[in-house]
This record gives sequence, C-alpha cells and structure tokens, in this order.
Amino acid sequence: MLYIKCPHCGMRSQNEFSYGGDASVKRPELNKEISDQDWDNFVYNRKSLRGKHWELWQHLSGCRQWIKVERDTATHEIFNTLKANEDIS
Amino acid sequence: MTQSFRLENVGLVNRDKKLSFKFNGKTYYGYEGDTLASALIANGIHLIGRSFKYHRPRGFFGAGVDEPYAIVQLYRNGETEPNVKATEQELFEGLEATSVNCWPSVNFDIGAINNFLKIFLPAGFYYKTFMWPKSFWYKVYEPFIRKAAGLGVASIKHDKERYEHKYEYCDLLIAGSGPSGLASAYAAAKNGARVILAEDKARFGGTLLTSEANIGNKSGKEWAEGIITELKEMPNVTVKNRSQVFGYYDHNMLVMSERISDHLPKTKKFHPKQRLWYIRAKEVLISSGSIERPIVFGNNDTPGVMLSSAAKEYLKVYGVLVGRNPLIFTNNDSGYESAIEFKKNGVDPIILDTRKNPQSEIVNEAKNLGIKIKFSHVVVAAQGYKKVKSADIAKISDDKEQVGEVENIKCDCICVSGFWTPTIHLASQSGNKTKFNADIDAFVPGISKQNEKTLGAANGVYTLDETLKSSFETGYELSKKITKKDNKISFPNVVEKKSTIHDKFWCVPLPKGKNYKRFLDFQNDVAVSDVEIALKEGYRSIEHVKRYTTLGMATDQGKTSNLNGLQLVSKIENKVVPAVGHTTFRPPYTPVSIGAIVGREVGKHSKPTRKSPMHSWHEKNNAVFVDAGVWLRPRYYKKGNENLFEGSKREAKNVRTNVGVCDVTTLGKIDIKGPDAAEFLNRVYTNAWLKLPVGKARYGVMLREDGIVMDDGTTTRISENHYHMTTTTAQAANVLSHLEYYLQLVWPELNVNVVSATEQWAGAAIAGPKSRDLLQKLFPNFDVSNEGLPFMGYMEGDLFGVKARIFRISFSGELAYEVNVESDNGTFMWKKIMEIGEEFKIQPYGTEALSTLRIEMGHVAGSELDGRTIPYDNSLEGLLSKKKDFIGKRSLTREAFTTEGRQKVVGVIPLDKKTSIPEGSHLVKDSNAPLPNPKLGYISASCWSVEYDNPFSLAILKDGKNMIGEKLFVMSPLKNKVIPVEIVSSHYVDPKGERVRS
Repeated sequence: MLYIKCPHCGMRSQNEFSYGGDASVKRPELNKEISDQDWDNFVYNRKSLRGKHWELWQHLSGCRQWIKVERDTATHEIFNTLKANEDIS
Repeated sequence: MTQSFRLENVGLVNRDKKLSFKFNGKTYYGYEGDTLASALIANGIHLIGRSFKYHRPRGFFGAGVDEPYAIVQLYRNGETEPNVKATEQELFEGLEATSVNCWPSVNFDIGAINNFLKIFLPAGFYYKTFMWPKSFWYKVYEPFIRKAAGLGVASIKHDKERYEHKYEYCDLLIAGSGPSGLASAYAAAKNGARVILAEDKARFGGTLLTSEANIGNKSGKEWAEGIITELKEMPNVTVKNRSQVFGYYDHNMLVMSERISDHLPKTKKFHPKQRLWYIRAKEVLISSGSIERPIVFGNNDTPGVMLSSAAKEYLKVYGVLVGRNPLIFTNNDSGYESAIEFKKNGVDPIILDTRKNPQSEIVNEAKNLGIKIKFSHVVVAAQGYKKVKSADIAKISDDKEQVGEVENIKCDCICVSGFWTPTIHLASQSGNKTKFNADIDAFVPGISKQNEKTLGAANGVYTLDETLKSSFETGYELSKKITKKDNKISFPNVVEKKSTIHDKFWCVPLPKGKNYKRFLDFQNDVAVSDVEIALKEGYRSIEHVKRYTTLGMATDQGKTSNLNGLQLVSKIENKVVPAVGHTTFRPPYTPVSIGAIVGREVGKHSKPTRKSPMHSWHEKNNAVFVDAGVWLRPRYYKKGNENLFEGSKREAKNVRTNVGVCDVTTLGKIDIKGPDAAEFLNRVYTNAWLKLPVGKARYGVMLREDGIVMDDGTTTRISENHYHMTTTTAQAANVLSHLEYYLQLVWPELNVNVVSATEQWAGAAIAGPKSRDLLQKLFPNFDVSNEGLPFMGYMEGDLFGVKARIFRISFSGELAYEVNVESDNGTFMWKKIMEIGEEFKIQPYGTEALSTLRIEMGHVAGSELDGRTIPYDNSLEGLLSKKKDFIGKRSLTREAFTTEGRQKVVGVIPLDKKTSIPEGSHLVKDSNAPLPNPKLGYISASCWSVEYDNPFSLAILKDGKNMIGEKLFVMSPLKNKVIPVEIVSSHYVDPKGERVRS
C-alpha cells in the first residue's frame, strides 16, 4: 500500500485516496473551437508511461482535496506531491 | 504410551504440565512448550502423512516454518483447520490432529500404488495425459485428481472465531529475534527508537536457543532472555512472539500475522484468534536467519531423514531424541554440532562427511569426544519404507562424480546438513536485487530498493561475533538517523568455536545399476529425474521449469528445495547458478488464514449499513427492506400475506388514486454556495441555469467529458448564491468528487463551495392526486395552491414548529411534493404525514412501487443511465443547450453519437398483455433466426402498469425513434422465454405531463 504525502494533511495511506488519472492533461477552454483529434486526445488518448508520471489523486477520506503526485509507475516511488493550484515544474 | 524418546532434564519444555492429545484417534502425552511435532517424536511417531503425488510415507524434516512434510488436519474447540504444520503448532490440552492425503489410513494407504506406478507419473504427466477430450477435465479428471492429491479439508462451516486488523507505525521493524534481531533491536531501542520486534516462534532467541556459544559471561540462551526481558519493559518497544512478518509491500508497509490463540485449547473471551498487523516502518531490519539445505540422495524422503539442525533443536529445545542410532550426513561443520549434542546425551552417532580432511575446532571436538567419523563418505540411499532402518553408504571420489563400493549400515535416522540458505524472502519481496554469493552457494540480498537491511545469517553471515557486531552497529546507526540521539552501547565479548569451509556438494550420484528416487521438493514429490525430463523437453527458464515440474510450488514454497533445484538446472545446462537465476519470491512467506486476511469485515461488518432517520418506523410497519448501495430502503410494506408483486401494486395504485408517501432520504444532496454557483451549474448541467429564479427548482442532466450521462436530478435555488442539488442515491459520492474536480483543478477561478448534505436532511415524497390537500393540512398557514406553489416551485414552511423545505417536484409523474426537514425531525415529519394523511387514505410506498410509477411514466433512472447511454438515448436531447458550452458537449458531436438510427428508449408491451418481461432480455426481429440472433436492444426496466393493469417495460432499442408500432420478440435464454411484443412510446401514462402541473 502506497504512502502518499498529502500537501494539506501529511503522510497518509493509499486507502484514503482515489486515483484520478494523468495530471498533465488540460481541459480545453469552454466555448472554443477544437478539432476532433485534439478533443479525443483530451478525453481518451493517454500515454501509459513507464517511469515518472504526474498523476491526480483525491484525498477522498481526508481533506477531499485533489492533489498532484509524481510517481514512478514501475517502482511506485513517489518523488513529489503538489496542491491542485501548484503547477507541475 | 510413554514418551520413550524424551530425555530427562534436557530442553525448555515445562515438565510440570503434562498435556494429552490425539493423533489419528490415538491418545498420547506431551508437555507444555512442545510442538505437535516434538510431542509426536517424543512418542516415537515418525509417520505423519503421505506425499502429494506418490503417496509415499512422510515424517518430519524440519522443526519450524520450513517443514515440507508434517502437515496435519487440526481439530480445536469444534473447528477444523487444514494444512497445519505440526512443527509450528504448539501443543495444548485436548489437541486433536489427523493425517492428510491418505485413505483409508496413514499406515495402509491405497493411493500408495502410485509409488509403484511412478515411472508413469513423470513431470508434466497431468498436462500430457488429462488434456483430451477437453470436456473430461472438469467432470472426470479434475475431481479424481483432487481427491487423490488433495491436502487437508477446509471447513465449510461459519468460522466463529474473531480476527482483527491493526495498523501500526514504528521507526524500526525487526523481523526475527535471533542474535541479529535482538542485537539490533536492543541497540536501536536504547537509542530511543520506536521498535517492533517480531518472532514467528513462541520462544525468542532463534539459534541462540540451540547454540553453544557464549556472549559476555552468559550462555547464548541466557543472554537472549536478558535482552528480551529488558526490551519488554521499555515503553518504546513492542515485542511480539508467534508473529510472522510474511509480506513486504510498497513504501515500507509490512504485514504480520500474530497467532494469539492458536496455541490455546480455546480462544479466551473477547480475544481474537489471530491479528493481522499492517506496519508502516521507517526502517526494516530483516533478521530472518537461514534454513539448512538438504543433500540430495536416494530415497531421501524416507521418514527419519531430516535436517541436522532440526535434530539438534528437538534435542536442545524439547529434550527429544529423533533416533537412538543416528547417522549424520554433512558437507560442513554444522552436522558436527548435532553429533556432539547426541554424544553428550549418551547417544553414539556416526558422521559421514563429504569432505576429505576438514580441520576446525568443531571437528576436533567431535574427534576428541570419540565420535565415529567417515570422511569422503556419502549416503547413497536410505533404506526402510515407513522409517529409516539402515543406510547404503559409500566412499566418494575426490571429484565427487563416482561412488565406491556400497556398504549398508544400521541407523534409525539420517540427519542431513548441506550448509545454509539465507532466508531472503522479505528482502526479495521488497524489491531488493539479490545476488549470488559463491562462498555459501546461495543468494543474499543485494541493492536495497526500500529502507531495508538484512542482517546475520539472512545476509549470509554465519559467525556469531560478526553478526552481533554488525547488528549492534546497524541498530545504532539507523536509530541515530531517526531519533538524532547518540546512546551507543558497548557490545559484549563472544566466545564461539571456529568452523571451516563447507564442501560445495549437494547431490549424491547414483551408483551403477541403481535407480533410486532422489527428491528435490519433498512436499510436491519432485525428483531429480523430473527436472531432467523438463529440461530434455526443452524447458529452459527456471520459472517454466518450476511450473512444469511444480518444484517449489507446494505450501512450503520450496524453502528447502529451491537452491538444490537451481543447482541441478545449472549443472544440466552447464551454467553457473546466478545465470539460471531464482524464481520470484512473493508474499506470503508462510500460509496465512483467510480469516486473518478478512479480519472483522464479515457478515454485517463487511460494509457499513446506512439507515434513514425513519428506519425504525418502517421496521414497525412491516417494511421489507432492500439494499440500495449501502442504504437499506423499504421495498414494500407488507400487509397480511402479500407478496412483493401484490404489495407494490397496491402501493402504486394508491399513489395514482389517492396519495402515498415515500422515504427519499437516501437521495444524494449537495449544498452549493458562492457567487459563481449559477455559472458553475451552467457548466456542469447540459441545460441553462443562469436565469433560474430564487425559489425555483430545475431538472438537470450532467455528462461525463465523453458525452455519457453521468447523473440526473433537480437543483433548487434556495437564495441568491445558494443551491440545493439532488443526485441519485447510487451516484451521490461520484457526483461530489466530480464537482470538486472541476472546482479545484479545472476552474479554480470560480468562487463556489460544495459539501455533501445527504445526511443532514430527511426527505419524504408525497405523491398522488390528493397530495395538495394533504400538504395544505400539513402547512395550514402557507399558500400551497397551484399558483402559490407551482410545478418546480420551492418554499420554506413550518411543519408544526419544525422548519421544512417544500419542493414541488415529481418522480412518480403524479402531482407531488418533497418535504425535507433536518434529520433529527425526520420521524416527527413522517408521523405527521401519516397521521394527517389518514383521511386521504395515505399509504407509504417502497422502492418497488416507486419504480413502477417512474417506469410507466417513462422517466429514465439508473437502469437506463447505466454509463453507456448519451442524452439522445434517454430522450433527454431536449435538455441540451445549443447556446452554451458544458461538460461533455463536444463529445456529443462525434460521429458515433450522431449516427442516424442510434439506440433510444422505448416502451414495450407484450402482445398478450399478460406475460411479464424479464429485465435484461434481448429484443430481436425474428425469434427463430439462427444464432447468433442479431440483437436490436435490451429491456432495461420492467413493471406491472397499475394504470392499465398489464406488463410494461422500458427498453433501449436500436433506431428506437422509428420503431414505435413495430412488433418484435423479447428473448430471455436465461429464463427460457420468448414473448411477442409491441414497441410503444416510453411515456405510457400521461404522455403530456399534465398531472404534475395540475
């Protein structure tokens, strides 16, 4: 079970969190023309990387904040966690 | 029977407490502190069971966790447990055990005929033989093989014992209480670290209990006792015996099973049987020791052949002789230690040493004691069927390839020592890249992946002095890192006998003309010849060889067989062992009871049960409940002998003619506040929300970004910047997360707060033509007329002194209202509604009637909004705003969602107007078409229409828009039904929606 540092609450076990997918995906702006390809990239197409990966987690059974977690998808090592409003460097 | 193999005044068992126990129906005696194994050996019992494949007699091989043979069916306090290791099970008064895998008895076992057919049962036999015909596998082969080759029998009764889970955090977790575990725990604890020390056996001390070495001026055993006593008194230390750390998971999470009551005749009141510990440790020290390796020789599975360390443990810990005429077969000095113990206790052993001329203190001591030693000698084969009677021995050539003339000598046990294998399971589970150490012919931990270090014998260090030094040092260094303290203790002087190097000999060659079975894996009956066959047949990867031969796949997980298997493969392949590699170590290290894994989450405790505030009223009024997620909801209120069908029909009919009341507390409720709330709702829902006035409700549909309907419900504007959203019962949690996602990550600029209010409000839906009359009486001072409270209107009222929210919304399609009060007032509200509603013939209705009412009205719900449908499919396309953007809108323009002839919700009526249509049935054009019959759609929900008194269903049908009036067939292969039906509009009752506005 992973041990995740919630930027708001500190170290917490994985069972308090739920996974929310790739954190680098940005929702296209509302009311803007967008090609089918770009929209599909937003909704469906993911890279499924091996290695370092920024992903979203929600501290569901805690502060309920969505956070960004940099995790190695192969080793599960967690390098960094950020609040929702902090940008991935 | 007397304990004829028990020595006097030797061992750590409590001779003041004699215990009686039964094995295979016969009564024996042992002492407190015995294991079942030591007590049986004390009584001269060496035949415990039969082997897995050939049903060969099985005795004892080890004295602990590594035991491959002695597994029994245990009976304790009216319960039975399969596959218990006799070497681990502590004796208690009244213990009963039986052999497994033999019929009719362990002495006369019919399956043993396999032993004589073994030439026909080589590796892969089952794969090769039982493949054809395919259908025979389930019906004939598998049940037969399972019966013949099964182990113990699992109980099918409910387990009355209690199992617990515990979560713990510590600075250092130390697995194993041998010399390295004690030393590191002591050093770390003295330096202020929070330490957990776990020992899988009942006694602490590991090899110190049987060692002759001295630490300080004490014996190893006394030193261990002193350390443990001190550790137990320290507040920063948790010391646990009977506790096996069996799994090393991510981020230094380890799991340990503590056997709290297994050693007692009966679990004490309020105590659990076992406890599973989830331990998050900052640092982990693995001091799991090592397991002695067997040497492979002919008939090496005969009862009486066992590890020399086990023989020593039985003698020194339990005061039990494994034989009176022992033969020690060794390639290193450890065998001498066992021989010396025998000699000291008046038994004359013979040592066969594969080495030519070893020189060491221990060898010299054996010589000086007058023990008979034959150098450059091996055991070619054990003789005897149910117990060793003699051994064929021979001289071995210097190149170890040839055996000389065979001589038979009498003996009653053969104690084998093939050197030591570090127990690296936990280190390997943690992700440690293990490496091969050629000096000890075994793998040791290499580069750590997590915060883990391996100490002592588990790390391939076999001298006590070096082990203690490095363990004290490591315990101190790691604790210093964590506690920043600097209390270093000096380590004691160690006196131990020096040993010399071992002989890398592991397998005795067969003499000419002999074809003895030489076993590698004792539990799964894998012999040298089986591995040879696997390699001849082309298996190369050790993982494949393992699976094909089942080497190391038994319940002991190859603790004694893995390395010899690797040696054999590398020899045949002409490779070095590290090039062959080892198979993956996976948790658990030893079998763990399912009960312990499940813990308290059984029966009603497996999930929470949510009840509405009116639950006890429902109970008192004969509600039959149904699970709705984790909620319990009344399905119908039983009157007399009514069944579900009759009861729900009565309730639904009463709503259509008079008035009914339904508990809708379970609906998800989300409180939304903030200046940008309207804008937020406008983006979340597909329809327009900016112009909703205060005091009005609106129905809304929300999508996922992929265009699929996520949920629906009404949202009411309570005040300028305050909204009350309702969701379906099932989606409440998901919708809240969904809203939080957009507010926190996508549109953080919106000033909006959301919070779940589901539990804060009790809700009652009042529905039916007489609902307004009832409402007026409930709120006499408020104008609830059609003008005062129009359809989709909202007002705050006073229900006899209780603040209430009144929404004019309808799920049933009738004139209807929902009244919400604070949860604590829920029962008060409900009783008032029932009391005042009496004159209007009010009846409560449950979820079944609720479904009936919504189905015949054509209102879509969970069975249509099933995560596969878009708004069009549910005839909700009218709610899609063309003017504004919203979540998922762009997806609706994609080709698949705009294709002509897309599925749509329709109504379905059986042509005979009598036959009920099973939910989930398929709709087809031709009921006699050849399979696979093209499916046009499926029945999503069915009811008995109370309006028209005939069955009515909703279906999602291909090109549903153009199918109204078509005649199709409903097919349910599950229920074996074919029903001719007509497709009609989904709005079966009141298609214009006049009633809700009346």
